Amino acid sequence: MTIELGHFALVLAFAVALVQGTVPLLGAARRDPVLTGIAPYAAVAQFLLVSFALAALVQAYVTSDFSVRNVFENSHSSKPLFYKVTGTWGNHEGSLVLWVWILTLFGAGVAVFGRRLPPTFLARVLAMQGLIAVGFLAFMLLTSNAYLRLDPAPADGRGLNPILQDPGLALHPPFLYLGYVGFSTAYSFAMAALLEGRVDPSWARWLRPWVLVAWLFLTVGIALGSWWAYYELGWGGWWFWDPVENSSFMPWLVGTALLHSAIVLEKRNALKSWTILLAILTFALSLLGTFLVRSGVLTSVHAFATDPGRGVFILGLLVVAVGGSLTLFAIRAPAMQGGSLFAPISREGALVLNNLLLSTATATVLLGTLYPLALEALTGAKISVGPPYFNATFVPLMIPLLLALPIGTMLSWKRGDLPGVVSRLKFAVAASALVAAGYLALFDWRGVLAAFGYALAAWLVVGSLLELAGRIALFRIPIGRSWSRFKGLPRSALGMTTAHVGLGIFIIGVTATTSGQIERILVMNAGDTTTLAGYEVIFKGVTERRGPNYIAERGTFEARRDGELVAEIHSERRFYPVEGQTTTEAGIDTTLWRDLYFVIGDKVGDEGARTVRLYFNPLVVWLWGGLVVMAIGGLVSLSDRRLRVGAPVPARMRAAAAGG
Amino acid sequence: MRFRKRQRLVLVVVAMLLLSGATALILASLQDSIAFFATPSELAAREVEPGKTFRIGGLVVEGSVVREPDGTVRFAVTDTVEQVPVVYRGMLPDLFREGQGVVALGKLGDDGVFVASEVLAKHDERYMPREVSDALKEAGYWEEQEAETPQ
Repeated sequence: MTIELGHFALVLAFAVALVQGTVPLLGAARRDPVLTGIAPYAAVAQFLLVSFALAALVQAYVTSDFSVRNVFENSHSSKPLFYKVTGTWGNHEGSLVLWVWILTLFGAGVAVFGRRLPPTFLARVLAMQGLIAVGFLAFMLLTSNAYLRLDPAPADGRGLNPILQDPGLALHPPFLYLGYVGFSTAYSFAMAALLEGRVDPSWARWLRPWVLVAWLFLTVGIALGSWWAYYELGWGGWWFWDPVENSSFMPWLVGTALLHSAIVLEKRNALKSWTILLAILTFALSLLGTFLVRSGVLTSVHAFATDPGRGVFILGLLVVAVGGSLTLFAIRAPAMQGGSLFAPISREGALVLNNLLLSTATATVLLGTLYPLALEALTGAKISVGPPYFNATFVPLMIPLLLALPIGTMLSWKRGDLPGVVSRLKFAVAASALVAAGYLALFDWRGVLAAFGYALAAWLVVGSLLELAGRIALFRIPIGRSWSRFKGLPRSALGMTTAHVGLGIFIIGVTATTSGQIERILVMNAGDTTTLAGYEVIFKGVTERRGPNYIAERGTFEARRDGELVAEIHSERRFYPVEGQTTTEAGIDTTLWRDLYFVIGDKVGDEGARTVRLYFNPLVVWLWGGLVVMAIGGLVSLSDRRLRVGAPVPARMRAAAAGG
Repeated sequence: MRFRKRQRLVLVVVAMLLLSGATALILASLQDSIAFFATPSELAAREVEPGKTFRIGGLVVEGSVVREPDGTVRFAVTDTVEQVPVVYRGMLPDLFREGQGVVALGKLGDDGVFVASEVLAKHDERYMPREVSDALKEAGYWEEQEAETPQ
């Protein structure tokens, strides 16, 4: 019964979305406060209805109601409770419910936190959110309904793909969706601004918190996905340039560009149409990602069941959303008056460079992702574009970006003083040179690329800290006064420094893992010993272990250093009888400085010998740590008072608002 | 006004430089970093340059898997018409089995053995890599029950 109510709630939500997507637009055009006024209520009502529908589906999973087709196909009664809950979004239909739920969550968020926005603008933003919801609810109800019954009800379910039965997966989709579905707000804000015909610094200030929220969740979501791939797939790598990874990475890149261009618009009233375009493109790329993952054009861990009908439907949504917005953009953008002027060497100029590099990089990723699909459609030739392509195109574009970053943050608005900035950065130059020379002298005199990577990281970290030190005049005025200046700094400045330091930490992790990973593949008998990066690795053999819904062969390793036990590491091969699948669990011992990452493989011969794969991954946690620090930077920036609409309104305007 | 024009000019020049740089990078790397896909029949029919990286796909021939003591695995991949011997040193994916679909990335050696650097199996019981099913269709063989499994 609950599942029917959930289904019904979704249909109602669809009806509400139709109203939300049309009536407020009409109201805004006619300046009718009654019609615009329903938008926030509709947004909240829609959120509540979809929440109920999601809860009904989760309940069906928790109680293992196999009369629901979606539960039957993707769950099993023997699955641990945690994975019953998270399995709700481990399949196409269920994850779509989560997708729409997050869409309506953002809609309701804008309705609640945006009460001080101009009423017609708010109505138009919410109408856009409503129209997106109309598209996706229709998609769900017509092609991907999770609320259908099976009659007769089967006794038990088919189970969930075991590689998805993992805590990393439990969190990865929600975070990822909070990220790229969150960019729907950027799209709606851009569309509303085009409809209003008004793009100004306050628009950028309204937009920024929503872009920041989406961006920081997407950062965490991508980090979680990468971490999951690292420990679950057993290949010891953290990023594979898989088309599906790319489809979450492209919105991140453009979203990052958007965050930066919105600053220029907010502070200097420049880059208006560019910012609007980025806001549209960010969500367009999110939709493209959704299409690639769900249409079956890709084969990947992420690609859900193949069904051409669904692909066509999402492609249609994509065409309408992107085509409609770009048409509106083409009509309205030329009318927007140009922003203020700036010299090429200025903060604005640096941010423009940031934007150009990020968008060009996105274009190379997009090309590498779509080229094989296009080529196959046109000529039938099947090709794959792998990491070598991306390493050769993406990385060279990122290097100038990272080199310019500390300089850009120190340039002043409008007209910057490059020699002055360079002289302020002399410590950062010295630090980078020292790091590079130290690495070459102490670790590896041939590792020029690695030395360059570490130098780049030092440049970023020291350069960002110098910028902060400059703001608080550290060591130039008494330390107590520096401290009070520090406390008085806007949160957005602290957030920027934090995020840029996080980027530096990330680069350290990437450099270390790329240049310093040691991989050994060999066959080991129980009792065999080998060495790996100064560690003595002893294979103790394989035992059997029974898990809640699997049987595992558990290989035990000991890692010793100078005869002393450092860690006992277990790697498992788990057989899931319900699904008839085997998964490999890598055994990982993590410290701040290195991961020991051991995997057992197939039996070789009858004596219990095993293929084993041993990795030494230096500083690999720094990579995800850096991403988390970046997200924290976003969070700090989000807490900036200026971003709260209404907080610093001048008295004159407040009176006007109260009067109107 | 002149200033605005100059600003625009600088922007356009920088953007053009970036785009042409990126295009050059893309063209240079597309030359040698993309991998074509070939079925065992195509491999048998036409010469593939030795030393060029490409992918092959098909079913693992029943009874062909040999695991050598040093961890090297030898097996053959077929599209039911032709077979290609493959050698791979490393760990096979969990779902690698005889009679199942695989895709391997690597180079053809002078002796006609495909030296794989990466082996992918289907990741889910419910379907096989699309390249493999297409290769089987081309060879006129297709496991019907595989195609009809309800999604």
